[in-house]
Amino acid sequence: MRAYIVLLIAIFLSPGFSHAGGMDDDPLLTMLVVEQLEIRVTDGEDPLVWEAEGWIGKDLNKFWIKTEGEYVDDRVEEAELQMLYSRALAPFWDLQLGWRHDIRPTPERDWLALGMKGLAPYYFDVDAALFLGDAGRTAARLQAEYELMLTQKLVLIPEIELNLHGKNDSDTGTGSGLSDIEAGLRLRYEVRREFAPYVGVNWTKLYGKTADFARDEGEDVEDVQFVFGVSFWF
Amino acid sequence: MKQKTSILNIDEIYLPRREFVKGVAMGGALLGLGFSPSRLLAATGSTDSQPVLSGTNFNLNLAPQAVNYTGRERIATAVNGSVPGPVLRWREGDKVTLNVTNQLAETSSIHWHGIILPHEMDGVPDISFNGIGPGETFRYQFDLKQSGTYWYHSHSGFQEQTGLYGPIIVEPREPEPFSYDRDYVVMLSDWSDEDPSNIYSKLKKSSGYYNFAERTVGDLTHDIQQKGLARTWADRSMWNQMRMSDRDLSDVTGYTYTFLMNGQTPADGWTGLFKRGEKIRLRIINGSAMSFFDVRIPGLEMTVVAADGQNIEPVTVDEFRIGVAETYDVIVAPKDDRAYCLFAQAMDRTGYARGTLTPDPSLSADIPGMDPYPILSHQDMGMDMSNMSGSMDHTGHDMSGSKNTKEPMGNDMSGNKGSMNHMGHDMPGNEVSMDDMDDLFEEDMSGQAGHGSNTKIVHPPTEFGPHVDARAENPQARLDDPGVGLRNNGRRVLTYADLRNIHPTPDPREPEREIQLHLTGNMARYMWSINGIKYADAEPLRFKYGERLRITFVNDTMMNHPMHLHGMWSDLETGEGQQIPRKHTVIVQPGSKISYLVTADARGEWAYHCHLLYHMLGMFRKVVVS
Repeated sequence: MRAYIVLLIAIFLSPGFSHAGGMDDDPLLTMLVVEQLEIRVTDGEDPLVWEAEGWIGKDLNKFWIKTEGEYVDDRVEEAELQMLYSRALAPFWDLQLGWRHDIRPTPERDWLALGMKGLAPYYFDVDAALFLGDAGRTAARLQAEYELMLTQKLVLIPEIELNLHGKNDSDTGTGSGLSDIEAGLRLRYEVRREFAPYVGVNWTKLYGKTADFARDEGEDVEDVQFVFGVSFWF
Repeated sequence: MKQKTSILNIDEIYLPRREFVKGVAMGGALLGLGFSPSRLLAATGSTDSQPVLSGTNFNLNLAPQAVNYTGRERIATAVNGSVPGPVLRWREGDKVTLNVTNQLAETSSIHWHGIILPHEMDGVPDISFNGIGPGETFRYQFDLKQSGTYWYHSHSGFQEQTGLYGPIIVEPREPEPFSYDRDYVVMLSDWSDEDPSNIYSKLKKSSGYYNFAERTVGDLTHDIQQKGLARTWADRSMWNQMRMSDRDLSDVTGYTYTFLMNGQTPADGWTGLFKRGEKIRLRIINGSAMSFFDVRIPGLEMTVVAADGQNIEPVTVDEFRIGVAETYDVIVAPKDDRAYCLFAQAMDRTGYARGTLTPDPSLSADIPGMDPYPILSHQDMGMDMSNMSGSMDHTGHDMSGSKNTKEPMGNDMSGNKGSMNHMGHDMPGNEVSMDDMDDLFEEDMSGQAGHGSNTKIVHPPTEFGPHVDARAENPQARLDDPGVGLRNNGRRVLTYADLRNIHPTPDPREPEREIQLHLTGNMARYMWSINGIKYADAEPLRFKYGERLRITFVNDTMMNHPMHLHGMWSDLETGEGQQIPRKHTVIVQPGSKISYLVTADARGEWAYHCHLLYHMLGMFRKVVVS
């Protein structure tokens, strides 16, 4: 944590230049993006799922937070928090380095996170990361999405997320190899740029040992859900 | 000075409703101060006259002013309570004194755009002077060595966006080489109810925030129907690989802007009166923060007689594009007893400013529809077109017609693709000073004075890194290109190639050296720079006093950039070697190159920048002439 505080201070204190007209071309800005805040319709209790990120920083260097999780039956079922230093490496790519903390399911797990986030050719939003945990645990995650503009305000967003793990972690029900794939298709209407309700479908499937762990717990290994929610930023 | 005012807090200002400015409606101040009868008639013939101040001594107050352009009240930064500020009418040869008092809560300034004056009178905080602090009065005083149409504006913060601008007319000592019966100022501007710093933040967070003309699935299916799948794919692939949008015409659009003509909204419109048979001089000034306009008067041709205040050989057109900070003087001669619409559509077609020229205030003119949304071509990307798949619509522009296109078109597409892989490049070059840059570009002097540059285009190492998203591989001089959205539209559209100085080129010397400056940026990150170096990190450009030098701009971005050199003229190399026009602001079209000559005849420190308000913070240089 101390490293982050030092980093934050460094960003805040980075030289303020005297510009002609007293204008700073690179002001310190903050942004919070709640990409998904949605109800997933299931047979049982409907979970509330969130995926959000935020940053504070300047053009090329930012302190970045990402979180995602699921809330169901009055408790947090899954929750993850990442705190990252983000540095622009290429015109469309940021290197993101930091700490990932899995809060739920327990036991909590900590990881060193190393990722690339940006815009690939053909306008694919990509976030790819490697994670190094305790006891030789490793993981990788690839997220990609595309914004297909039906109109200037109606946007269809296909997205996919893959998670891979280096070894079994029975405590958290994670198996080695490809552990899960999640694919979604959401139709968003931008009432304003900053606020867009959406509906969609979300498909998840567990693979390999992860699926075995789930079966042992009596859980589904594949699920298709209707979702509705809002995305917003400021 | 009577104005020894305390710092005003905007929240504490009592603003009676009655004083709210709706449009301009400031009235008064028109009392004949040395006007000729025809001029006075002209001034009073306008239904919504801006205040006019003339003479040699002026008191200008910069203060908050409530305005309402959209149905919502907002606080503008006004000059003498007026937005735009009063017309300043000066006379060539006079010494003018302007006491500018700042009643705003923040430092302010006035820059006299296009006026040749001592550097300490130029009004750029931190370069010419310290700025005018709240409650302070600064006395500007300078001799007028020129005549024509100019303007003034704040050079502090984003005050220009919030209303701190106004027209300048300098009457000539000698009679004009053209005649007219009426004389109207037409000042175009863009107003937003949003706080400009919020606009800037939004652009940094989401650069397409104001763009509602992006490609949709409908465009794609349309293209496939028209051109077939293979050609559509070929056309689209370059844009998609580059992650560039061919719909990226302007950063800030009519989504937030209300476009104004002499402070009048499109709903109200500005009106100028005439009698049939009269000739009307329109002094069109683009005082916008970010908006280019395409100006025309359906049913009337316009004879352009001056550009940036300087008389040119008259050229008759149907339409012209006016970049931010440019001015054009045109003469129109309506032959019919009817109303004409003076139509200034924003380049991105998201709105327009309008006025009416009419013999009778009760008549109204049809407002034309806006032209289709202009779509950028590969040419606007600085791409070589000779080796393209042949499927591209190059909008019919004939490159061979370019006046000083001498460079062979050699780069092929595979080279372009290859160059994109440089994007991961580190940026140690950021430490390369401008002096080194100069050395880099000074070797090969070619291109006769007035005919532009043939120097090899070299992208300096500082252009490679996360802060620059593209480099024009094969930028062409496109002086005879009216620009995207105006090509082959069936109207005679002014181009820079049409501008021919009425006087011989004042300094006929060959340039001693050439400085190549690349206009660079990263649209998605909303970062702007010159040679990949933003102002905060840049060494000043150094001109030797008395030298004649050539500036060549290479636009590595997909935006138009109106580049403004303070203190000295930009003698635009149109190829008319003996009569090249003098400008103070030169549009550098996307993916193009353009050259002009400068005589460094003004000692001191000067500003040199893109005049788009949200670009200039980074796309800016200090020039030192010594």
